[in-house]
Amino acid sequence: MEELARGFVQAFNLIFSFEPALYEIIWLSLRVTGLALAISVIVGVPIGAALGLSRLRLRGLITALLYTGMGLPPVVVGLFVYLFLSRSGPLGGLGWLFTPSAMVVAQVIIAFPLVAGLTMTTVQGIDPALRLQVRSLGATPWQEIWAVLREARIGVIAAIVAAFGGIISEVGAVMLVGGNIEGKTRVLTTAIVLNTRTGSFDLALALGVILLSLAFLANVAMLQLQRRAGD
Amino acid sequence: MDAVYQLSDLRKEYGARTILDIAALEIHAGEIFALVGPSGAGKSTLLRLLNFLEPPSSGRIVYRAQTLNGNVPIETRRQVTTVFQRPVLLRATVRANVAYGLALRGERADRRVDEMLERVGLQSLAHAFAHKLSGGEMQRVALARALVIDPQVLLLDEPTANLDPYNVGLIEQIVREHNRARGTTVVLITHNVFQAKRLANRVGLMLGGRLVEVQATPAFFDAPRDPRTAAFVRGEMVY
Repeated sequence: MEELARGFVQAFNLIFSFEPALYEIIWLSLRVTGLALAISVIVGVPIGAALGLSRLRLRGLITALLYTGMGLPPVVVGLFVYLFLSRSGPLGGLGWLFTPSAMVVAQVIIAFPLVAGLTMTTVQGIDPALRLQVRSLGATPWQEIWAVLREARIGVIAAIVAAFGGIISEVGAVMLVGGNIEGKTRVLTTAIVLNTRTGSFDLALALGVILLSLAFLANVAMLQLQRRAGD
Repeated sequence: MDAVYQLSDLRKEYGARTILDIAALEIHAGEIFALVGPSGAGKSTLLRLLNFLEPPSSGRIVYRAQTLNGNVPIETRRQVTTVFQRPVLLRATVRANVAYGLALRGERADRRVDEMLERVGLQSLAHAFAHKLSGGEMQRVALARALVIDPQVLLLDEPTANLDPYNVGLIEQIVREHNRARGTTVVLITHNVFQAKRLANRVGLMLGGRLVEVQATPAFFDAPRDPRTAAFVRGEMVY
């Protein structure tokens, strides 16, 4: 308990110490996760919506694949991305291994199935009578799809929240493909692992508190959006 | 009298089942035409075809002198709208719901929306969340949303089923007034023969996907030609 309290105090002190190295870690965490989340949302929401609205024969198989993707162990994702981006791998020429780009790729692979899968489930849950009603009111096919997506917005926000939670706290993949290089690929989660291993529990706890606070603030913001959408 | 719809040899099949089989039917401009009949008679299927929400399996729909069996132009589709038995409202305010059809057409007509809200008695609830209203209020929102776009044809699929007498009376009055004031053609599906009697100029009985009889309202009730119509009007079970 004492260590926890100390962790909180140190987190507070750390934040207000304006230590550039710390802000670099926070900024990189937010940048990597933010970019990965944005890509996953831009690609995942339309794909999830299309799957939810369509009656494709292969939908069952695609759904099974997406649901499997939702449970992918991050460390396995990290391993695959590592192998693909390593010098002898098929994408080795990109030179992305041990760079933030590789971390973004890994996080997109983790977040995309969450966003697409949960969006699909939400869209499928929308009352089928809604489509008939909006068509009857004169909606074009695109207006009809937009109406369904608007109705599904609470669930889509929940999908984004779940994906954000999944990748901001993820450590296995970013550790493998980023390498936890100080000043280059060190993010909050990998810094926590490093400090725990070296016995700097106070610092690890402080970083943990910062990570939790960031996750909390992001979730509060998204919940506000969700509440507004539900009114 | 001008025909808004002329249907001939119209069939709708789902797999091997024939749901609708209408040899001929005309719906006249500006009339209130009621369709009565038991559940499963094909009334709602006919309404979906009249709203161009589904294509017929075979046969012909002539809408205002245009034969429409394939892709219906959006401009034509927008002349017809349906109020369903269960109001499906958007997760938005009452006002946004009523304005929705206009928004789809790229129109912003605040005054028309306000007038319509007043007409259905919901102006005080304009900014309330539509999903928090009572069943009767929700159906009034659905009716206002349909009427504000000033359709040529208003299709009503049992709009007052499960509503209290106050809301039934109110909805009937609004439909009647709109029909008279705007000349809107109304096709009403109802289980309630008394409602058909109160509102309609002509009434048709459907059984097993077929039209048994269509008559002017007084004749339909007082001098039915088909014994099944006579039985239905008397309140006997007819399948």
